[in-house]
Amino acid sequence: MEKKQYKKIVDKHKPTETRAQNAFIAFVTGGLVGVIGQLMTEFYSSYFEISTKDASTFMLVTLIFVASLLTALGFFDKWVTFCKCGLIIPITGFAHSMTSAGIEYKKEGPIYGVGSNIFKLAGSVILYGVVSAWFFGLLRLIIMGG
Amino acid sequence: MTYKYDNVYVENTSTVAGPYEAKGPLYKYFDKTFDELYNGEKSWELAEAKSLEDSISILLKKSKHKKTDIDCIISGDLMNQITSSCYSSQKFDFPFLGIYSACATSCEGIILGSTMIDSKKVNRVIAATSSHNMSSEKQFRNPTEYGAPKPKTATFTATGGASILLSNVKSDIKVESSTIGRIIDLGQTDPLHMGAVMAPAAADTISRHLKDLNRTPDYYDLILTGDLGTYGKEILIDYLKTEFNIDISANYNDCGTMLYDLDNQKEVLAGGSGPVCSALVNYGLIYNKLKKKEVKKVLLVTTGALFSPTMVYQHENILSIAHAVSLEVI
Repeated sequence: MEKKQYKKIVDKHKPTETRAQNAFIAFVTGGLVGVIGQLMTEFYSSYFEISTKDASTFMLVTLIFVASLLTALGFFDKWVTFCKCGLIIPITGFAHSMTSAGIEYKKEGPIYGVGSNIFKLAGSVILYGVVSAWFFGLLRLIIMGG
Repeated sequence: MTYKYDNVYVENTSTVAGPYEAKGPLYKYFDKTFDELYNGEKSWELAEAKSLEDSISILLKKSKHKKTDIDCIISGDLMNQITSSCYSSQKFDFPFLGIYSACATSCEGIILGSTMIDSKKVNRVIAATSSHNMSSEKQFRNPTEYGAPKPKTATFTATGGASILLSNVKSDIKVESSTIGRIIDLGQTDPLHMGAVMAPAAADTISRHLKDLNRTPDYYDLILTGDLGTYGKEILIDYLKTEFNIDISANYNDCGTMLYDLDNQKEVLAGGSGPVCSALVNYGLIYNKLKKKEVKKVLLVTTGALFSPTMVYQHENILSIAHAVSLEVI
């Protein structure tokens, strides 16, 4: 049988993914993370009497800490599976990817294990984050003059 | 390549299953289960090796054999360098043959062992295999604590170790014939839909087996594929009908859909997979049914996706293979 004909059979038996439902859950949970972040920023800036910029750094560090802690405690993966991009897109997803890789490769030691593998998932985010920051910085320089 | 055997019998089987499998409908057919995925070991890899080691120990105990009674062990698993097989077999000092054909490993082991016994060169061979959900996730996918969402077509690697003792001493169950599979590529590239990758291999092996022996599907009481899962099973029935004009729907099932309670164990998605998935079902449930003569002729078709993450990243297709073994009650 031709590969094309076989693909037709496969497609015929493919279940429909609940995309609208997934998007809705991600929208709500992702939005919730945003709201929590905003409340945290407000709290830090009023409680410690610091600027909003400093408070948002505090907020990011808190979210990273909480996501890493919950990953280490072993149930954050189930939340991520449920919320999908609602928890993957915010900084929680980044923290989760690094902590989970760190936990997984602890057995292989600090160098060949954790050291070599902690950026296994997050490496691409960092690389292309730096590249796109450079690119958009250049665009800004050309268009807006700095 | 279909062979018939004259003097190869199943002496005994043994199954050791992990926590998810123990919660499934087949729990009473397992010789031993463990509640914690680490299985009392330090790492996933060692946990898998331990389950296989336990299975071999139980097999020797059940069949009342000493280590020296076994001429050879043929074992394989999913890990790189088939480490689980090596680290577990090493404890027994058996002459060792390591094999790999992913989730089709158990039948490959039976075929090789049966052919050796049939040649009258050896008397007793163990064919063994194992897999572990976490060690497979770590090697083939993401770190185990990473909660990557998966589509409904994805399958769940079974945890455990299983072994079968083949011998030239007559017993109730005979290894009647076998068909060695060919490597099949029908252009599938999705590692999260292995059922679609493996169904053509199963179809190829089943059709050749039936043709070589001049049989129809109703010759068998039961035809069982390895780990196609809910959707792969539908694809196989459809594909066999359209391409080969063979209808197996009357007496066909898939081990991947039998190992778990698909309605209540939602985490397994389309069903079980991994070399031990079909081995747990076949050496547990099916062996039991054969012994009780509830079924008399069974065709086991274990299906393996010869999946290499490297080749998938290089945009190559995923290859697949299926090996068939026919067991009969005498």
